[in-house]
Parts: sequence; structure tokens; C-alpha cells
Amino acid sequence: MRDIHKETVVNLALGLGLLLVPLWALWADQPFTITLATRIAILALAGVGLNLILGFGGMVSFGHAVFFGVGGYVAGILSQHATSGVPVLGLPGSNQMLVIWPVAMLVAGLLAAAIGALSLRTEGIFFIMITLAFAQMVYYFAISWPAYGGEDGLPLVLRNRFPGLNTMRPWHLFVVAWGVLMVVLGLMAALRASRFGAALMAIRQNPERAAAVGINPYGVKLVAFVISGMVTGLAGALMADLSRFASPAMMAWTMSGELIVIIILGGTGRLFGPLAGAAILVGFEVTFGGMTEHWKLWLGLVLLAVVLFARGGLIGALAGRARHG
Amino acid sequence: MTLALIFEQMLNGVQFGLMLFLMSAGLTLVFGVMGLINLAHGSLYMLGAFFCAAGAAATGNFWLGLVAGTAAAAAAGALIEVSVIRRLYTRDHLDQVLATFALILILSEGTKMVFGPFPLYLNVPPILSGTVDLGLTPYSVYRLALIGFGLAVALGLWLLIGKTRLGIRIRAGENDREMIAALGVNIRALYTLVFALGAALAGLAGALVGAVQSVQVGMGEPVLILAFVVIVIGGIGSIKGAMVGALIVGVIDTMGRFLLPRIFASFMEASDASGLGAALASMLIYVVMALVLILRPKGLFPAHA
Repeated sequence: MRDIHKETVVNLALGLGLLLVPLWALWADQPFTITLATRIAILALAGVGLNLILGFGGMVSFGHAVFFGVGGYVAGILSQHATSGVPVLGLPGSNQMLVIWPVAMLVAGLLAAAIGALSLRTEGIFFIMITLAFAQMVYYFAISWPAYGGEDGLPLVLRNRFPGLNTMRPWHLFVVAWGVLMVVLGLMAALRASRFGAALMAIRQNPERAAAVGINPYGVKLVAFVISGMVTGLAGALMADLSRFASPAMMAWTMSGELIVIIILGGTGRLFGPLAGAAILVGFEVTFGGMTEHWKLWLGLVLLAVVLFARGGLIGALAGRARHG
Repeated sequence: MTLALIFEQMLNGVQFGLMLFLMSAGLTLVFGVMGLINLAHGSLYMLGAFFCAAGAAATGNFWLGLVAGTAAAAAAGALIEVSVIRRLYTRDHLDQVLATFALILILSEGTKMVFGPFPLYLNVPPILSGTVDLGLTPYSVYRLALIGFGLAVALGLWLLIGKTRLGIRIRAGENDREMIAALGVNIRALYTLVFALGAALAGLAGALVGAVQSVQVGMGEPVLILAFVVIVIGGIGSIKGAMVGALIVGVIDTMGRFLLPRIFASFMEASDASGLGAALASMLIYVVMALVLILRPKGLFPAHA
């Protein structure tokens, strides 16, 4: 029981810390720090999506950047059509986040259903390679399809709007991203504690036994894959608004790798693991990126050391081993 | 005229497929024998190209460069196996993915530090420059030589795996590693050797392709991902599957890029047709992969059927 309380304390500290640092930055007039915190929140959200299948479900998707990118493109395309007034697929565009988010999640969810339905016919190493390949397929499509910028990507002239806030101001956008992250984390906690979450973790631990007690592994995994894609898609829509740019790079294979790295650095299968991991990754990039242009070499070495010698990630180090090994 | 173009594109497709085979053969061997997914295989391809370009520039001789590139990739492979990969055989696939992803970061940045951030260029050796008349169309001698190289290596690999004592040990290692260790085969050395062999093949492919593309950091990963598609189509662990899969991917990708824009142009506006054709052509091999997955989830030639 002590470890559970410890993890709760760590989680609270992470969630509040992410709120307090930009609050301080607002007071000290450091808009760059607020933007960094927003990036951490959004990357963490993308990681929370992946963590559902990777951490709780044991499915190593190496193509999750595709949902991140598709979410970004939904935000960019709807916003572009709202500006130009030209309908897209017979529907008007929109520059309202509250409209864009459900659409981004719907599109990402449909894509996840298609990719998941095929990829989940396999497992292990096949699953890794196939999710990577399908993500690469959409990536190449985005690059060679000229209607929405092709290789150059799609800039957003203005950020999309949120009622009552001015999203062009860093602090306001941060509050939106932080709020979404906290709501999704809450929903994830509920999902994990639900019958569905138990079934998902049971399948990870022993698919045969889960099937024997009447759980349908394929169905449960597919539903988890779709929810996971939707959450990462939502994060992509937010990221497009933060950088005011939807680009093919959002769905490049390196992004998929970074999402996995975020989860591992934070602690696989820990609820707040992606937040810890995103903070470490962005912090590492800012700190070492300023010192040397070859910071990725050091990131590689640190990552290698973590994988070989320090499993469990930051939350594992702070709060002890996970309840389910 | 059109027939000549189609013939030329077919040859390009076969050439591309054979280079993919060199990449996929190593990957599929390493998976088949050691059960390891190696994302850094593309980095070995890149190292082969860089050392070949640097070696050729230093000596003025393409062939010495080719030897340097292949040897450097093999040496890097052996070094990586002994220092990192060896610790991953008993780990799960997630750890393997992460550790080899970290290796990509290290090798890419390391290459940038050693060779500088700019692409290198590698010239086709004089004896293989120019074109040769194949009746229907003139064709690049070098690309024809790549086809010959690819076939020769495939044959050599087939002989190595099928007819030699080392090959028997490799195949035995795929089936039952405890048993061949009990029979007195040094399994650690065998693994290092297989990994270095795969690395050498990747380095050779990178060096050969380096003369028709620019040699740059990041050149390996797109090929790596195509090699994954090849393996998924062909079946993990099967050299024969890698060959068939590589040719399927090489030919379909090349022909798709050539034909689709032209097919679309016959019934829509030229500018739209080229955009849509190119976009769909880039997705074609993944569609083929999806079809194979639906019909044969373990690939065309599953090694452990």
C-alpha cells in the first residue's frame, strides 16, 4: 500500500509542477518557458494515448506518430477551410477547438480502427514492423499529396479558438493543454480501474487465460488501440495549434520512436509516466540542445543506459516497482 | 517507345528489389536466429555508404571503397553485437526496439560528427559508367552490375546457408539453440558472426546504392522500413521469403510510381493526375503488405510454419 501512496504523491507533484512552473513563468514574464510547458503537456498527452496500449496492453506500436500527425492535419485543414470559406467534403471548416477536437479524434479513431484491425492479426515483432509500415504509408501520402502543402506542411495562420480564452497568448493555450491532459488522465485512471482495463491487463499477462474466462482478446485490444489512437490524435490537434503548423514530420517514424521513449523514460504502464517522460525529454533537449548540436548522441547514450541498466523509468525510481510487473 | 520505357522501369524495379534483398536478408537472419528486431540495421547500411565514399575518395578506387564500406559495416556490427545487442536476446521486443532506436541516434550523430553534416558523393567506377544497349533500350551499366551483384550475393548466401557447415549451424541455431550449444557449438561466437554477416550485407547494399544516390545521414531508415515490409510479406526468418518479398516490393514500387500517374492522366487533368498518382503510388506496397497480411498473416514463406 505504501508504494501506491508514494506513486499518488509523485503523480500529484508532477501534475501540479506542470501547472506551477508556467505560473511562475507568467509572473516572471518568461513566455518561452510557458511554451515549453505546453509542449510537455501535449507530448505527454500523446504519450498517454500510446501508454494505454503499450503500457497497460503490452502492444508495442511503433507507428503512433501517424495518429499524432493526422490530428494535426485535421486541425490545420479545418482551420484553412474556415479561413477560405470553402467547404471540405461538403462540410464547412472550423476554427473552434471544441469542433476540431472531436473531428480529430474521430478521424484518428477511424484510421486506428483500420490499422489496428489489420495489425492486431499479428503480434510481437510483426506488430512492431506493421504499425511502423502503415504509419510510413500515411507519411508518404502526406508528403506526396500536394493539396495540403505536401512536403512543406500546412501552416495555420491563426491558432484555433477556445471559448472565453485568447489562444494566441501562451498562458491561455497552456491552460487549455494542461486542462485537456488532466481530464484525459482522469478518464484513463477510470478506464484502467474499469472491467475493460482489467481485461486489457489480463490479456497482456496471459492471453490464453483471458480467453478462457470469456474475454475476447482481439476485440478488447482493438478497442484499446482505437481509444489510444484517438487520444494521440487529440494531442496532434493541440500540437498543430501550438506550433501553428501541421507537417509530415509529425508522423515521421522518429516521432513514433520519441513517443515510445517518453513512455519508457517516465515508466511503462504508469499513469503519469508519459508526463514525467515528456518533461525529461523536453528538458534534455533544451538543456543539452543549447550546449551541443550533437545532443541526440547523448540522448541515445542515456536511453541505452536506461534500457540496459535502469528499467522502470523515473516513476519507477521515485515510487518503486509497479503493482503489476 | 513505351514498351522500352516499361522494360527499363522493370529493370530498375528488379535492381531496387535486389538491393532491398541485401538489407532484408540480414534483418531476417538476425531475427530468425537470435529472435531480435534490429532497428539499427539501417545505420549499418548508412555506415557502409559513408565508409565506401570516404574510402573511394581517399584511394581514388571505387573497389577499395566498396571493400572498406563492407568491412566497416561488418566490424561495426560485430562491435555493436558484443557491446549491446548480446544483452538484448533475452529481453522483450520493447527493450530491443528502444535500445536499437538509441543506437540509431548514436550512430547517426556519430556519423555527422566524423564525416560532417553535408552529403558525400560517390562516383560510379569508370569501368561501369555509361550505358549498354539492351536491344529495346540503352541501360545504365552500373545498374545492370547492381543486378548482377545482387544475384551473385543471393547465390553466395544460398550456398553458405544451404551447403556449408556454418550454414548448418546457423539453421540449427534457428531451430534449437540449447541443443546446438550442447553439441559444442560456440553459440556466442555464432551469434556475433551472424550479426556481422547481416551488417556486412547491409553495408554492401549501402555502398553500392551510394553511387546512385547521395550519401547522407538518415539514408538508412527509409530503406530499413521498406525491408520491414519485405520481411512481413516474405515471412520472418526466411531468406527465400526475403528474396521474393524484395522483388515484389522493388518492382511494384517502381512500376507504381511510373505507371499510376500515367494511368490517371488518361482520364483526369494532368496536374491532378501526377499528384494523385504519385501519392497513391507511394502507398502501393503497403497495400500489398496489408493484402498479404489478410491472406497469409505469417507471410508468404513462414520459416517456422
